[in-house]
Amino acid sequence: MKRISALVLALMMVLSLAACGSSTDSTADTTESSTESSTEETDTTEEEADAVEEEADTAEEADAAEEEADVVEEETDTTETNVDLSGTVSTNGSTSMEKVMSILIEAFEEQYPDVTVTYDATGSGAGITAATEGSADIGLASRNLKDEETGLTAYVVAIDGIAVIINPSNGVEDLTLEQIAGLFNGTITNWSEVGGEDMEVAVIGREAGSGTRDGFESVVGVEDECVYDQELTSTGSVITAVAQNQYAIGYASLSEAAEDDSVKVISVDGVEATEETVKDGSYAIQRNFNMVVSDSATLSDAAQAFLDFCLSPEVADYIAQAGAIQP
Amino acid sequence: MSASRRAWNNAVKIIIWVCVVLTVALLIGLIGYILIRGVPYITVELLTTQRSAINGTIGILPNIIFTVYLILTTLVVALPIGIGGAIYLTEYAKNRRVVSVIEFATESLAGIPSIIYGLVGMMVFVQGMSMGSGILAGSLTLAIMILPNILRTTQEALKTVPQSYREGAVGLGATKWHTIWTIVLPCTLDGVVGGAILSVGKIVGESAALLYTAGTGYKLVTNYIQALGTSSGSLSVMLYVYYRSMAR
Amino acid sequence: MKVRDTIEKFMNGLFFVCGMVSIAMVVLITAYMVVSGLPAIIEIGPIEFLFGTEWASTAADPKYGILPFILASVYGTFGACLIGVPVGLMTAIFLSKIAGKKTAGVVRTAVELLSGIPSVVYGLVGAIILVPLIMNLFELKNGTCLLAAILVLAVMILPSIISVSETALSAVPPEYEEGSLALGATEMETYFKVSLPAARSGVAAGIVLGIGRAVGEAMAVMMVAGNVANMPSLFSSVTFLTTAIAKEMSYSSGLQRQALYSIGLILFLFIMIINTVMGRLLKKGDGDKK
Repeated sequence: MKRISALVLALMMVLSLAACGSSTDSTADTTESSTESSTEETDTTEEEADAVEEEADTAEEADAAEEEADVVEEETDTTETNVDLSGTVSTNGSTSMEKVMSILIEAFEEQYPDVTVTYDATGSGAGITAATEGSADIGLASRNLKDEETGLTAYVVAIDGIAVIINPSNGVEDLTLEQIAGLFNGTITNWSEVGGEDMEVAVIGREAGSGTRDGFESVVGVEDECVYDQELTSTGSVITAVAQNQYAIGYASLSEAAEDDSVKVISVDGVEATEETVKDGSYAIQRNFNMVVSDSATLSDAAQAFLDFCLSPEVADYIAQAGAIQP
Repeated sequence: MSASRRAWNNAVKIIIWVCVVLTVALLIGLIGYILIRGVPYITVELLTTQRSAINGTIGILPNIIFTVYLILTTLVVALPIGIGGAIYLTEYAKNRRVVSVIEFATESLAGIPSIIYGLVGMMVFVQGMSMGSGILAGSLTLAIMILPNILRTTQEALKTVPQSYREGAVGLGATKWHTIWTIVLPCTLDGVVGGAILSVGKIVGESAALLYTAGTGYKLVTNYIQALGTSSGSLSVMLYVYYRSMAR
Repeated sequence: MKVRDTIEKFMNGLFFVCGMVSIAMVVLITAYMVVSGLPAIIEIGPIEFLFGTEWASTAADPKYGILPFILASVYGTFGACLIGVPVGLMTAIFLSKIAGKKTAGVVRTAVELLSGIPSVVYGLVGAIILVPLIMNLFELKNGTCLLAAILVLAVMILPSIISVSETALSAVPPEYEEGSLALGATEMETYFKVSLPAARSGVAAGIVLGIGRAVGEAMAVMMVAGNVANMPSLFSSVTFLTTAIAKEMSYSSGLQRQALYSIGLILFLFIMIINTVMGRLLKKGDGDKK
């Protein structure tokens, strides 16, 4: 009896906490999600449900579709769904592209219900290797190809700005690239040196191997020199940590940092970090999200369709929703 | 009794009480905090939908299903082996050295941290046998992990079965296996169920061993066979994943 | 009759196989840890690997020294024991000697519930409550530190220490205590000077079990310790052996990945030593009773 109650309790806790996480997540997202794209998505969902129901080839697909149909109640008109194409597309690589990829895949699979797109978040290096060796159809890299990585073609799917974030209680508004470098490599240890209050600096960043860390450190020019006080394993945890700590400076994907009021995004060299400044290149700290394809291998129809889909202008909203910018 | 000894006695008593109250208060605090923070957000929608990146909503239905699959698969693998091992140890084994080696191995298994199970599970099942991350790889990893639990609880239960039962049965001409199957095992049912429940608790709470074996998938897969090979995040793993991505 | 014999033999064999599975698994895990962990140690050099004080796995000139991780794990575990053991022991004495049946039942349930809470939950609560608290209390610029990890671990090892020591304390023959009390010792003197020494190997086993827990915990530590490869001090952000693996595993490749396996091997060795010590202690405890 005691054991059962202990078990129930553990379950309750996990559930409650998952609920905790979800609530904050969804509120954060509703502020951002454009109404246009969400109605569009209801269209396609409904349509997909119909299409699959008619076909009802496999039981579990029908189940899933029914469930979706239940959730989405609005009546809608017709949108195109393509059921001719089928197969599996494997993508592999950058963990920073998780948000972009999950949205693109979800949208793509609604248009092509018979195609399954897999995404393994392994890291940019592994993604490029996978594309070279052919173990994945498409490699994902949140950095540009190096000179020695030949025989590959990189398509820029999105541009991502990396925001430098501080606690809202910190008065600093603008830093130069040199100042940022100094703060991160430990030559500047007090905020008063860059025009802030007289208090220490806590440097918060990502773990070794992270694409964001790689991107940030290479642009700012502090590779392997950073003196961190915390190394965290995700953008969300960096934002949370900076929000909790008035001494902190950190970096995070612009998309996620901008929509979050709990941290302040500072301007770099007088340029504010916005969608426009990232797009026209005036905001310095930015990187490309690339889809890498081997030149020697021919893509399957499904993989080609997915690549075309991701590069087409119609997904601009989705990419914006994921917080990046379509080039 | 001298005053100083009495004072010492009382002081220690107070310290003990403080420690006990601390322990209980910790528990109540933890549970209270979590329930207050979490329960208001448990909605029907959360429990019956899956995560949608486009809508930015989270649903944990797939993760609930995955967790149930994990529990069932793990128990199906581990229960027979664990019970069998316990029967061997208490009923069959004659060589004391063999028994002590098995017991040492079981204790070692119980002591190995879950992150090592995760590493080995990833190397052996996910990569070595190329199962890919999914319920199958996760369950096999967990099965090894909970094996000591089941083995030990069953063993304890077997030990409590009076020797006279066995002697009686054998005296009536039953073979050893027959005795075990019809007399001994039914008596241990409670213990086995207890061990299984304990293991379920461990499975539900496990995260480090599953992160790299069962994966962090959140897409609904209702077909059990398909789920075996599909990246599937259990509730605890998703709690960690969502914690990492929750902004604020 | 023949059929019965065959069945009998078959079942005997089957159970034997089941019994052997545990051994096979230990061998399998050991083999895998050694095979995958050794190459990087050899390539890096055992001295440099174990005693190097710098870990920069992705730098242009990578450094793989895991001394900071080892020390952090050792200090963290030691600190957790420093807090967890006294509290756990006191609670165990309370449960087995002082408490009435009803109170003991309540406290025991609480302890069992504590042990059932998933480690991510401990980590989460630690990260949300404990870390900011430490930061404000000690006026640090950063709250994620060894101390936070120690406090979380101390709570996490409580249940193991309490339940194992309680069992050992309850097994002390009542005559010992009665004799001591009859000779005029106070209750507390009896518990601390008679019961506790009599149950020492069981208590020690409980503590060692707690140490094993603390050394092996990954997720909770990862959420509160800051994960920087500093040489450990109480208020600096640290990486444990476990978190070093969990943190970089998902991105790693090449030698970095192999070095992570090597960290796993070192961790595994630590745990096996702890297990062996505990096995000895428990056996000794059984011997005492006989």
